[in-house]
Amino acid sequence: MNFVLSLVFSSLAVLVVVLIPWIGVGALDLTTLFGVVIPYAALATFIVGIIVRVLNWGRSPVPYRIPTTAGQMWSFPWIKSNPIDNPKGAGGVVVRMLFEVLTFRSLFRNTRLEYRRVEGVPRINYEWEKWLWLAAILFHYSFLVIFLRHFRFFMDPVPGFVTLLQNLDGFMQMGAAPFNGFGLPGVYITDMLLMAAATWLLLRRILYSQLRYLSLPADYFPLMLILSLGFSGMLMRYLFRVDIVKVKELVIGLFKFHPVVPDGIGVLFFIHLFILCVLIAYFPFSKLMHLGWHLFKPHKEPLQQQPLCPACESLELPR
Amino acid sequence: MAETPKPVQTADIEHTRPLFEQGWLNKFSEIKPGIHCYGAKPKNTEAVGMPFPKDWSPTEEDWHLPENWREIFLQGFRERLDKYRTLKVFMDICVRCGACADKCHFFIGSGDPKNMPVMRAELLRSIYRGEFTAAGKLLGKFGGGRKLTLETLKELWYYLYQCTECRRCSLFCPYGIDTAEVTILGRELTNLLGLNIDWIAGPVANCNRTGNHLGIQPHAFVDMIDFFVDEIEEVTGIRVEPDFNRKGAEILFLTPSGDVFADPGTYTAMGYLMLFHYLKDLGLDITWSTYASEGGNFGFFTSHEMAKRLNAKMYHEAKRLGVKYIIGGECGHMWRVLNQYMDTWNGPADFLEVPKSPITGTVFENAKSTKMIHLVEFTADLIKHNKLKLDPSRNDNKVVTFHDSCNTARGMGFLEEPRYVLNSVCNNFYEMPPETIREQTFCCGSGSGLNAGEDMELRMRGGLPRANAVKFVHEKHGVNMLACICAIDRAVLPASMDYWVPGVDVTGLHELVANALIMDGEKDRTTDLRGEPLPGMEDEEDV
Repeated sequence: MNFVLSLVFSSLAVLVVVLIPWIGVGALDLTTLFGVVIPYAALATFIVGIIVRVLNWGRSPVPYRIPTTAGQMWSFPWIKSNPIDNPKGAGGVVVRMLFEVLTFRSLFRNTRLEYRRVEGVPRINYEWEKWLWLAAILFHYSFLVIFLRHFRFFMDPVPGFVTLLQNLDGFMQMGAAPFNGFGLPGVYITDMLLMAAATWLLLRRILYSQLRYLSLPADYFPLMLILSLGFSGMLMRYLFRVDIVKVKELVIGLFKFHPVVPDGIGVLFFIHLFILCVLIAYFPFSKLMHLGWHLFKPHKEPLQQQPLCPACESLELPR
Repeated sequence: MAETPKPVQTADIEHTRPLFEQGWLNKFSEIKPGIHCYGAKPKNTEAVGMPFPKDWSPTEEDWHLPENWREIFLQGFRERLDKYRTLKVFMDICVRCGACADKCHFFIGSGDPKNMPVMRAELLRSIYRGEFTAAGKLLGKFGGGRKLTLETLKELWYYLYQCTECRRCSLFCPYGIDTAEVTILGRELTNLLGLNIDWIAGPVANCNRTGNHLGIQPHAFVDMIDFFVDEIEEVTGIRVEPDFNRKGAEILFLTPSGDVFADPGTYTAMGYLMLFHYLKDLGLDITWSTYASEGGNFGFFTSHEMAKRLNAKMYHEAKRLGVKYIIGGECGHMWRVLNQYMDTWNGPADFLEVPKSPITGTVFENAKSTKMIHLVEFTADLIKHNKLKLDPSRNDNKVVTFHDSCNTARGMGFLEEPRYVLNSVCNNFYEMPPETIREQTFCCGSGSGLNAGEDMELRMRGGLPRANAVKFVHEKHGVNMLACICAIDRAVLPASMDYWVPGVDVTGLHELVANALIMDGEKDRTTDLRGEPLPGMEDEEDV
């Protein structure tokens, strides 16, 4: 399983994901299946899957309190401790976790190895490397904004924060080059950022030899899926417009459990929707569950008490 | 024993991979001499009742596995997934972002891609996916899954015993995935099949029998300390009088047995003895134990159960002697165990009191739970309160840098105290580059039971990043002394310094403290503890 095979396999998988609704709706007109049945099934899989996964994690105890300490411990009053990286109590833990979740702080620490030899003698340096952090943070926040923006399709009337977000996101009022001034809607910054970040996250897996070595189809597939999701969405917005009013009718119907499938929604929408369905149905079974991990974070807990947790008792360690 | 290549050959490391190569799932690494340790001898595994004792060698085809080894391994794996949420989650959530890849000293020193922390864990994860998850079973290698075969087991074993559990990777992981914990649990699984290495199994058997890793019996332990007493008298003219197993003492002192056994740890042990003697008049009431004569815990490199068993003697001895609390010497993984596991395993130590310095009255609130403090924090407190008469100029011929032990740094956050002590006892202290110290510190390269002789190439490779940082300050500031607070460091760094940075010695912190310590009634000191002339005394006759 080298990277070529992984890429081919993942691309084929994504291609199949695109072709299924294309044929299913475009040729066979199965709009109810793709507009109602599959979205419900996917959403159910997503929710139930995550719950089962998290409950399954929760079933196993955390017998030891063994955080990686990343700063000075709390000791003497005359030694300055690091309450975030080596928290003493719950407050520090909360701050540490918030920093991790909101700013990807550990990733920000990243460095890059620079190994050289001068006349046979190694010279090792640890260089600045924030690109992974930058791509990760842009990717996740753009995704969040785009998700929130989509509420204008889910809700009627459109909530104020969505409109606000939309205006902020589109404030640059660019057209989609090279079609500036051809009556195209303003380009959202987050669309561009998401695509750029996801492209970089994919490219680095191919360009950096260490990442090329360790990447699996399970790494390429979700990125490609997300890229196709973004691409199909952007196509709908910027080039092949679909009937937004009808789309909204469908989506609101879904959320009110009164699904109706209006005629005349372009097939592109069903492709976009199906990719999303695959993504969320795939979510609980994949590495994308790294999101759920933040519910636990046992290794970011405070160190200086080692309580005898009830779970530890069940370990029955032999004498 | 494999011959160790020359530094120039070892340094020829390729970290980049060719564009086209067979994927790692299909390509297995060959177990190489110089990189692996010898298999556990049956007498050592038998001695502690570990399963399947046998004579075996990692390079031989037949590992003498039991008939049903696959079931044993998989059952053990399942049990551990149920016992440790962390393991379960670590198996599920790694996104293979690669942030950890070039953080491991073994990868930096070897370029072996399976020494990237993510890959080390992937070796176990691929078995998890291939044997336990639907996607892995269904898609096989396309789902990143591998079946548990003899080949996968051997490869997993090979890399589990190329990890020193230093946790530098976990610092950079966005999810805090602790590859050390994966290694710890992975090694437990190998132990279910009798596949430990002898450099771990031997000390474990010894410790179980005599209370220390080296198998030193009580009378010999006292003899060794007596030898130090003579040495100290020669240097200082003072005869210190340590005592052993004294009931009713206020404090029990525990330290790794390596310090009483081999240079340069012995000088650190002499440092402890001198400090305790100095403090006696100020009210220190401390005793050594010949039963709990080991601070370290090689059981920790075997299984949680074995670690707990070997750890139990600490509190047990404290209870037997009726002390109020425990002080521990300079050690690395000993402190990881004490700080992160001991309370859970063998606590609560409610028969002990919260440590309080009899000299300064400082209460060590941070040790409220374990009732055990680090000698370095005890000493730092003494120096802060001006209780020690020190002449740092006696260490002026030493240009010192400080190596944070991975365990005290990333398993405690014990960063400032040793630096405070160091700055108080010597005048020439220079830090190594920030990416190589404190929480980002590099492992010595031989921790977690890998400090054997037969894997010298591995050790030198793993020691390269640390040595390279030392080389930097050696060339820039003329550093000639590497200070540390870990017994394994003291045992292994001299070899790594000789190999990569000749001209740099290794010392424990309390050796420097004792050199600087002005003791009442001492003769004019002309040498340091090693018998080397003190600065300005080079021409003295009797040196």
